[in-house]
Amino acid sequence: MTDRSPTEEQNVDLARRRLLAGAAAAVAVAPGVMLVATGASARPKGVAADANKRWGMLIDTRTELSDWDTAIDACKTEQGWGGGNNPATDPQWIRKVAIRNKSTGAQATFPVMCQHCENPPCVDVCPTGASMQRVDGIVLVDKHICIGCRYCMMACPYSARSFVHEPVHNQRPHMPRGMGTVESCTMCVHRVDKGQQPACVEALQAKGSNAIMFGDLNDPKSEISRAVSAHVTRRIREDLGVQPSVHYQGI
Amino acid sequence: MRLVTRIFSIALVGFTLAMAHSAPASAAEDGSKVPMPSPSKAFKGEQCVEPVETMRRDHMLYLKHQRDDTLRDGIRGEKYGLNECIDCHATKSPDVAGGELRTIEPFCGECHAYAAVKIDCFECHTGAADDKPKQSSSLPIDHGELSDKAMLMSMMENYLDKGATK
Ligand code: HEC
Ligand code: HEC
Ligand code: HEC
Repeated sequence: MTDRSPTEEQNVDLARRRLLAGAAAAVAVAPGVMLVATGASARPKGVAADANKRWGMLIDTRTELSDWDTAIDACKTEQGWGGGNNPATDPQWIRKVAIRNKSTGAQATFPVMCQHCENPPCVDVCPTGASMQRVDGIVLVDKHICIGCRYCMMACPYSARSFVHEPVHNQRPHMPRGMGTVESCTMCVHRVDKGQQPACVEALQAKGSNAIMFGDLNDPKSEISRAVSAHVTRRIREDLGVQPSVHYQGI
Repeated sequence: MRLVTRIFSIALVGFTLAMAHSAPASAAEDGSKVPMPSPSKAFKGEQCVEPVETMRRDHMLYLKHQRDDTLRDGIRGEKYGLNECIDCHATKSPDVAGGELRTIEPFCGECHAYAAVKIDCFECHTGAADDKPKQSSSLPIDHGELSDKAMLMSMMENYLDKGATK
């Protein structure tokens, strides 16, 4: 992994993409009114997602290994995936990745899921508009119009999306899932909209770990903004210029 | 659905439903073999989210609108959510899960079978009611809560009519 920022060529490319998408408007950074640590608060009924927010995560890779199992199990329980018997094709919303520096031998293990990019390639390639980004930065699949073509899976640099190959039963009421559509980490959008934190974050906190921090990257007062401005963090494949919302510390 | 079939089925269902509440559910009185749809009575609630006549005709429009509002724009807690329909309309049926669970399929399926409509909503959405105690539901379906609301409303009206009481 290198620390290169996007090259000039890529910047031109991104600017062009933004222009084409008609989204050239700069996003104003409005400090949150409330002083909640995450910047998360329940939106009242009938109010749309807030374009001034940019939800993100900070993952501390230097934590206990067992934390990642906690996070993954919490995700499975919350969203109702897992438990299939075809490891090659079963949906996987979040997984553990181990890396090793060949010259020094240093190792790290951390979870990888949808990185909720600011310039999501999965959204660019989708032929139906199903692969989408909410105004607050959360990248989702609108399964109502997903035709299961899987272009987005090809385009994703993080292999973060899965295709549902088999019929699904006993879905969670808040997370409809079905065969023939693509899915991935939703940053627990149904919880975030209620002012709660994603299930993985909450499960870790319940066992006293802060290995994953969640919050509003646009709010300079949020815990996550303060953390990413105080410590060196990096994002996976920063060189691609997709601007992920998930930051990692310790790799 | 093609327009012709669509118009035909609306007319058919409109007609049938006009009859449904007076005619026996098993068979039409004129002796034809297809039993008329008679969706089971709501499990909860005194009224639907819109007048019943509107719901019979336009429920699909409300649902499709709501699903885009929620999924794409993040608007939550509104009354046309699918989970709200399930909360009120799911019933126990011996055909589903041995009659253990309240499910929505029998209610939606009743008219759809008649009008030859096929929906795929419940391949993804669970049709089972979530009867575990909840912290808050976006609709006052609970009778206690309803009467509180009604009381508040009448107090409000009183106030508007007569001004503050001494
Ligand atoms: C607060 C509870 C409640 C909610 C929520 C609710 N309904 Fe209803 N609905 C009723 C009641 C009560 C009736 C009147 C008929 C009855 O008693 O069954 C009704 C009637 C209907 C009818 C006409 C049935 C007939 O007999 O012809 C349709 C169609 C319907 N609802 C669809 C929906 C849909 C779709 C939703 C979700 C968007 C929904 N309802 C949400 C309580 C509810
Ligand atoms: C391929 C899977 C899939 C199918 C099929 C599907 N949905 Fe959804 N639906 C979803 C997902 C995923 C969400 C987002 C849930 C969330 O964020 O809370 C959703 C959300 C919704 C919502 C807003 C949330 C709620 O529960 O009210 C409505 C309304 C809705 N769908 C209606 C429908 C209707 C009507 C159909 C059938 C015509 C349907 N859906 C078919 C996956 C599906
Ligand atoms: C009163 C009878 C009745 C009930 C009850 C009913 N429907 Fe329908 N529904 C219809 C009819 C008739 C149509 C077709 C109308 C048309 O084609 O314009 C339809 C069409 C639909 C469609 C659009 C299908 C398409 O292919 O475009 C959806 C979605 C739908 N219903 C969802 C539901 C759900 C969910 C429920 C249960 C909560 C339900 N309906 C209960 C009569 C009913």
